[in-house]
Amino acid sequence: MEISTDRLTHLRRLEAESIFIMREVAAEFKNPVMLYSIGKDSAVMLHLAMKAFYPSKPPFPLLHVDTTWKFREMISFRDETARRLGLELITHTNQDGVKDNINPFDHGSSVYTTVMKTDALKQALTAHGFDAAFGGARRDEEKSRAKERIFSFRTANHGWEPKTQRPELWNLYNARIRPGESIRVFPLSNWTELDIWQYILSENIPIVPLYFAAPRPVVERNGQLIMVDDERFQLKAGEKPEIKTVRFRTLGCYPLTAAVESNAATLEEIVAEMLVARTSERAGRLIDHDEAGSMEKKKREGYF
Amino acid sequence: MNAITLNETDPAAFRDYLSAHENKTLLRFLTCGSVDDGKSTLIGRLLYDTKLIFEDQLAGLEKDSRRFGTVGEDIDLALLVDGLQAEREQGITIDVAYRFFATDKRKFIVADTPGHEQYTRNMATGASNSDLAVILIDARKGILTQTRRHSFIVSLLGIKHVVLAINKIDLVDYSQEIFDRIVADYKVLAADFGFETLQPIPLSARFGDNVLERGENLGWYTGPTLVEHLETVEIHRNEANAPFRLPIQWVNRPDLNFRGFSGTIASGSVRPGDEIIVADSGLTSRVKTITTYDGDLPVAVAGQAITLTLEDEIDISRGNVLSKPEERPEFTDQFQAKLIWMSEDELIPGRPYLLKTGTRTVAISITDIKYKTDVNTFEQQAAKTLKLNEVAEVNIAAQAPIAFDPYADNKATGAFILIDRITNLTLAAGLIEHSLRRATNVHWQALEVTKSARAEVKRQKPVVLWFTGLSGAGKSTIANLVEKKLLSLGQHTILLDGDNVRHGLNKDLGFTDADRVENIRRVAEVSKLMVEAGLITLVSFISPFKAERQMARELLEDGEFIEIHVATSLEVAESRDPKGLYKKARAGEIPNFTGIDSPYEAPESAEITTGTSTAEDEADAIVAYLLDNAYLPVEPPYVI
Repeated sequence: MEISTDRLTHLRRLEAESIFIMREVAAEFKNPVMLYSIGKDSAVMLHLAMKAFYPSKPPFPLLHVDTTWKFREMISFRDETARRLGLELITHTNQDGVKDNINPFDHGSSVYTTVMKTDALKQALTAHGFDAAFGGARRDEEKSRAKERIFSFRTANHGWEPKTQRPELWNLYNARIRPGESIRVFPLSNWTELDIWQYILSENIPIVPLYFAAPRPVVERNGQLIMVDDERFQLKAGEKPEIKTVRFRTLGCYPLTAAVESNAATLEEIVAEMLVARTSERAGRLIDHDEAGSMEKKKREGYF
Repeated sequence: MNAITLNETDPAAFRDYLSAHENKTLLRFLTCGSVDDGKSTLIGRLLYDTKLIFEDQLAGLEKDSRRFGTVGEDIDLALLVDGLQAEREQGITIDVAYRFFATDKRKFIVADTPGHEQYTRNMATGASNSDLAVILIDARKGILTQTRRHSFIVSLLGIKHVVLAINKIDLVDYSQEIFDRIVADYKVLAADFGFETLQPIPLSARFGDNVLERGENLGWYTGPTLVEHLETVEIHRNEANAPFRLPIQWVNRPDLNFRGFSGTIASGSVRPGDEIIVADSGLTSRVKTITTYDGDLPVAVAGQAITLTLEDEIDISRGNVLSKPEERPEFTDQFQAKLIWMSEDELIPGRPYLLKTGTRTVAISITDIKYKTDVNTFEQQAAKTLKLNEVAEVNIAAQAPIAFDPYADNKATGAFILIDRITNLTLAAGLIEHSLRRATNVHWQALEVTKSARAEVKRQKPVVLWFTGLSGAGKSTIANLVEKKLLSLGQHTILLDGDNVRHGLNKDLGFTDADRVENIRRVAEVSKLMVEAGLITLVSFISPFKAERQMARELLEDGEFIEIHVATSLEVAESRDPKGLYKKARAGEIPNFTGIDSPYEAPESAEITTGTSTAEDEADAIVAYLLDNAYLPVEPPYVI
């Protein structure tokens, strides 16, 4: 009897590819970790990890770099997810940054991101001696990511250099490193934003409620809607929070994440809205707008 | 054509759309061409025409076009896809970029690969995961050297479907004559490449003719547009009907009650009850369950990531390949392969490298470069070494047998990469062709008198004392003293000295890197035989490269190799200059002299480091080490 692989839809192919990548990491590294950023991509990545090692639990902990400026709903969702799945969750905050009160209002997104995200991540990876770290980045997100390897080599200082990346052929990933060096692994490299949403829909994966439209207090700043999530929000003269029905296409630190006005309150409605959207999801991330090539610069410095 | 036409107020139409998208097939292809053929522009055009460019990206593009653009006032579509800042400023593409778009019929992953010479390895990378290649040609220039090279690599990696995209047709007045001439030339060039489909298309990426829409300027052309062809070309992927292969990635053992073997099926299919065999050990069992998070499966096919449980407790580990007993893979330690060298460091025959195929990693060496192929003329040439971007036919000897299929039959079990043991860089991509039969026919002679029997009568544990260091460091002086002391204790020894061995066994070798590697390989093999004979074997060789000392160590069993670094500094060694060699080297009379114009890689974890004390004291310390570690009997039989 002829058996066809065509019945594996592109989503099932993507799923199988991600699982293969995760198993390679579990088999070849001594001390891997999964960076869990709580967003929809992390939700899919975590779901795939549950599948990859079933009936075992994923043989690595989750790491969340907590900038202290995440939406409150993200933190409660994070803790609930780790509890529900019975996984070890490590959280890390850059205490030096906390001491200096580094925040996105007074220091700008560039300094803030370097201290509270990039430096914090490096501290955590070094402190725990992780030799591989999964991240949920996709190649379709941003131009410099289109060239990222699935196994992205980092020096002992967590640096990324385009010239030192290894050629990556077939599914033969080179996992060999020297002490102190590490690999960032991107199992969702070949997924698109639409694939992510469709997979969440078809697998019924829980996501943070902030993705769904609801009345929320926001202020308009430079044409972007920013949610006032707690009392630390520094209102400028003349700014007054308004209640609008909004949702988020991407999640991060609340002062740096723009909302979109929307009535999409179900997964189907989110996907429908996405299909007619005319703005790419990273437009809601304020850090990309700093300067040309800004994401590439951050990557070189060790940002995900 | 895309999502934009979707009516979001009609839920039924929306569900149909979603289910259509879920059931789309996937085509992975690569684009290749020479510098300025317009690859990036073509991909930018595909994204633009299939409406995958968002408003904010378009605004960014207009801003970038003013700063970096090369097409005057127009939007430069290439800037959509040229990601890294360095290359934007150079105006060329220096790495493989992956792009995603979809039409109503298919989803596409595009590998955009660079055209210029020094980055050919990136093209091979893009080709390794593609089913189709779009080869771009500038209509004004016709077929170039690079076109030949790209077509060769595409064919080498087993791609069967090619689109010949004759771009910039607008710049030759949409001439059918020019198009026909290029197509005819290309068909001659590609005659032996085994392409199953070859579709030539005249197009203008800049203005969009024949990319998605037909355009008014090419009325004479009756074939499909590029997108029409990509949507409909049939790719016969036959993995599901090929013999069953499951390379084991990970042993899944959550508790004592479950023992599963996880992996992605490389080819074929499997059902519960099927008999399977471990290619490496010949052990057999039957499949009990195909376990997944979504429940046990009645059947699983190529491409699925699964976990098998078996009826019997047999030993299986990562790197093993499961198959069915009647259709087993080849299993051998010597084979012939094609190699694409991807490193700045040259290939050195005889040097140990790591080979990764499937989930198995094994030490190998290249035993012979049969010939290299000039990727421009396709001519076969003799070669002693390989440089970046060279392609060759080689013989490989592995330290242990591996399971494989010829690449032509099964890409997943016939492909490999080579990894440097010291730098860990990926050095080469390889395609296995066939086993060299002598490996399956030459079996180890089962010996009746064993190594330990020979050692026992000599009352010692055989071992190699490997002295490494610069010329004039004092290796031979110390080694001679150690041998004398051992002899006086009644032990059985042999001393292999660099100069003496080069007069006999290795007199055919010079001092190039390749010859130095072969020199050490032979000495390592001789040492191994001496250890088999039960002897304490003293080896006094400069042996400048870590990789070869590591190879010698790995030929022997644990504890049979003691590395002794005679760590005399270059200054001291040169000031001694017992044979006057440094003087000659400095005068340029001896090329490739270690320490002068050839590197010495010092050991990082030698068992013994000497060079600070007198030769007499150093020799005593080495003998003491052998006593302390039970290489010598506690009570010497004779005391002189």
